[in-house]
Amino acid sequence: MRRRLAARLGQSIVVTFIVATISFFAIRAAPGDPFSYSAKPLSQSLREQLRRESGYDRPMAEQYLRYLRKIARGDLGYSFNKGEYVTTALAQALPRTLLLAGIALVLSFVIGIALGVTQATRAGWFDRMTSTVILIFYSVPDFWGAMIMLTIFASWWRLFPPGDIVTPVMHDYMPAWKAFADRVWHLILPVASLTLLSLAGIARYQRAAMLDVLPSDFIRTARAKGVSERGLVWRHAFRNALTPMVTILGLTLPAFLGGLVFIERVFTWPGIGSLAAEAIEGRDYDLVTGTVIVGAILVVFGNLLADLLHAAIDPRVRE
Amino acid sequence: MADPLLSVRDLRTFFYTENGVARSVDGVSFDISAGETVGLVGESGCGKSVTALSLMRLIRPPGRIEPGSQIKFDGLDIAALDEKSMREIRGARLAMVFQEPMTALNPVFTVGDQIAEVVRVHHAGSKKEAWDRAVKMLETVGIPSPAQRANEYPHQLSGGMRQRVVIAMALIMNPALVIADEPTTALDVTIQAQILELLRDLQQKFGTSILLITHDLGVVAETASRVIVMYGGEIVEEAPVSDLFARAHHPYTEGLLNAMPQVGHERERLETIPGSVPPPTKWPQGCRFHDRCPYAWDRCATEHPPLYQIGGGHVSRCHLAVEPERRAQKHEPMVVA
Amino acid sequence: MADTTTASRSFVRRLLRQPGARWSVIAIALLVVVAVFGPSVLRHIQGYGPNDQLQIVQLKNAPPSWAHPFGTDRLGRDLLSRVVTGAQISLAISVVAVALSITVGTAYGLVSGYAGGWVDAVMMRILDGFLAIPRVLLLIALATMADRMPLWKLVLLIGGTGWFGVSRLIRAETIVLRRSTFIESAHALGASMTRTMWRHVLPNVLTPVIVFATLSVGNVILLESGLSYLGAGTKIPTASWGAIFNDGMGSAGDVWWVLLFPGLAILITVLAFNVLGDALRDVLDPRHLHASHTPQIAEAATSATPEKNG
Repeated sequence: MRRRLAARLGQSIVVTFIVATISFFAIRAAPGDPFSYSAKPLSQSLREQLRRESGYDRPMAEQYLRYLRKIARGDLGYSFNKGEYVTTALAQALPRTLLLAGIALVLSFVIGIALGVTQATRAGWFDRMTSTVILIFYSVPDFWGAMIMLTIFASWWRLFPPGDIVTPVMHDYMPAWKAFADRVWHLILPVASLTLLSLAGIARYQRAAMLDVLPSDFIRTARAKGVSERGLVWRHAFRNALTPMVTILGLTLPAFLGGLVFIERVFTWPGIGSLAAEAIEGRDYDLVTGTVIVGAILVVFGNLLADLLHAAIDPRVRE
Repeated sequence: MADPLLSVRDLRTFFYTENGVARSVDGVSFDISAGETVGLVGESGCGKSVTALSLMRLIRPPGRIEPGSQIKFDGLDIAALDEKSMREIRGARLAMVFQEPMTALNPVFTVGDQIAEVVRVHHAGSKKEAWDRAVKMLETVGIPSPAQRANEYPHQLSGGMRQRVVIAMALIMNPALVIADEPTTALDVTIQAQILELLRDLQQKFGTSILLITHDLGVVAETASRVIVMYGGEIVEEAPVSDLFARAHHPYTEGLLNAMPQVGHERERLETIPGSVPPPTKWPQGCRFHDRCPYAWDRCATEHPPLYQIGGGHVSRCHLAVEPERRAQKHEPMVVA
Repeated sequence: MADTTTASRSFVRRLLRQPGARWSVIAIALLVVVAVFGPSVLRHIQGYGPNDQLQIVQLKNAPPSWAHPFGTDRLGRDLLSRVVTGAQISLAISVVAVALSITVGTAYGLVSGYAGGWVDAVMMRILDGFLAIPRVLLLIALATMADRMPLWKLVLLIGGTGWFGVSRLIRAETIVLRRSTFIESAHALGASMTRTMWRHVLPNVLTPVIVFATLSVGNVILLESGLSYLGAGTKIPTASWGAIFNDGMGSAGDVWWVLLFPGLAILITVLAFNVLGDALRDVLDPRHLHASHTPQIAEAATSATPEKNG
């Protein structure tokens, strides 16, 4: 198991390196440079100076090496627009994203799996109706769905705040318990939106996985042994359907983070996604690169975790 | 004579598909006594597996056991028994060994767990007791280092060993009847012999009755005391094993015997039965075998033969029983002509 | 010849028997008709186009009425006209982008699978890198770096980021076939590598690729609208569905029609493609994939399925 961990860790690092490379070349390939358009007005000579200092006038290969060396040192650059180091900005935003994403991910998996299993074992009108509803949720554009949630629950019925992570200004004056409640109150709508939109995909996969497993021979054997229906579904079938779900977890992570960007935008949640959008508006090269790399790292290590879980669940891959 | 352990009367199992009603088992009646090994023989499509699944009440929609079918097991009519009570019987008093050892076991649980599960599901022991019994059972079925093996997963065992595990699962609660559906078909010839020997030993040891389902007459010759031959969803012949091999009556049985390669009888070509098994949605009129039969005459195409008594516990569903002189008039079966 | 026609006829019949397949085919057909003829017909009827700002003050942000069934936006543009044009744009973008993704993915997978060895290993690692980056992040990064972009660049971008899953699938199939004996015999008979790949590999992967294409169209529409919503998509006056949103964003709650109609259009379109894609997948029988192919292919087929936002 430890050897597997080491191997996968090594793989993850290689992939991260490749991601960094891709980000570098992809973003450099876009027309313009960080100093052609910036939020703050800059004189032409100042632009030239900044270009020279940051090495943007050097050949691509040299820039790439500088870039790699900086990344290896943990230096992701400096954000001109925010006036702080990229790593600082990311370090602030990341926990907020993890909070939102983490809760939503767990919730969507739990609910999605429960739905999928119930659908597979209760074929008939329930299955058909649920499948249709789920498919509709799956086809909803994330930002639109989020906007509808926001409009209904924060605008028409003022049940929840219209965004942000805490009540501005007021939060600093709240006693500890109220501050905590305030945070929770702000979390509910974005988490609910992200969960609702994500669980559709999961339920679909889980249903398919269960339908795949239920006609298996070993289920018939278990039935012949006298195992109850519940035992068949949860002890035998579900355990086997879990394996592909763990793989799915790894595969859907990038898409999940994609949806997160929209949710963060709509609810003005100051996480990685918002940071990326801000950075793009301000043509903040380093910050954009930084967010892409961090996003990818989240995916890579999420996959690593998923892989370890896979080995924990399925004895066949443990060799 | 004591009441038979299993008494099947008029078993009918139909499948309702979009292509029509498949009458897979169409009026089957037979008995099995305590301690007996009975062989159930036939090609694929004749209904023998469906019979087995019907006995275990493992038939799922779109199939169902038709009302009017009677399955008396140990005094209880299980054809119409409620599911909960049936679950108590399955695995404990009536067990089944399936054909494919490779897929019959759950890949994510240890073999020990899976065997012990039978005990726990029937509330016959604590976790530890069930485990100990499972280990002992592994030893009984001839698996070396049973305590160690019990902690292994199915993918770590060979096909032969997996089948032994499946047999262990079937026998651990000491059932009165074990149905073995082609238990050796998926295994190598040498392993086949071992498994059959194991079954014989276990039967002697525990006094279990065995219903051995197979398409291989050779297997039946070695293990069974009585043989039932099925074709077209019905029983076409039933006899003590030596009788069947020495004096087969039904032309289908004859065909099966002729198709068997036999050591000592050198032949240029093996004889096959011409034609193929008809679909269960459309059994032929009259005798269901008549279009493939080398002795058939006009009566066979119109009159469905009953099970005639041949004598000495030997029955045959063939009009040759009452018109034996027709046996001399052999010809090309209808399908060929 | 008779065999193929009866096979295709039974395929169509089986397809239409799938739940919802019928209406999705109708919906898509309607969509295509609207996309192709809609804008010109509407312009003919109304006398103005989707980008014409009607300079009457009351007509800015006007709710739905007889003259303007979908209402108008803040610049006084008729929303119905914009949404109908949006259909044309979104559909065009999706079809071309998906075609691009399939082409690139197939080429990459074929080369990687056929070459084998270290070439394959390197190509796969690079692919892993691409797959790790959330597509949305990459797209918005690339898209906005260049300010608002012409349509063809957007298509290139979206198409160029959607080929990763397909290439894995093609590669898996190529590897299996490369090892199989009938490739050997084709070679023994003197067939060149390209010919072998064309005639033997492609027909086998057609099924999952068709399913992929159908599901991807819906996905691309979602992506494009999302990008436009974020301001990273189509150029200013272009009336893609996402852009209509972006324009109406400023005054959210009260101008519900600016938000509802494009959103509904997207939802219905994507739903139709998803239903069709599912139906195609069920009919073209993925069980056949699981049963007769290696687990690697089954896994590759799963990863080839386009994930929403991915």
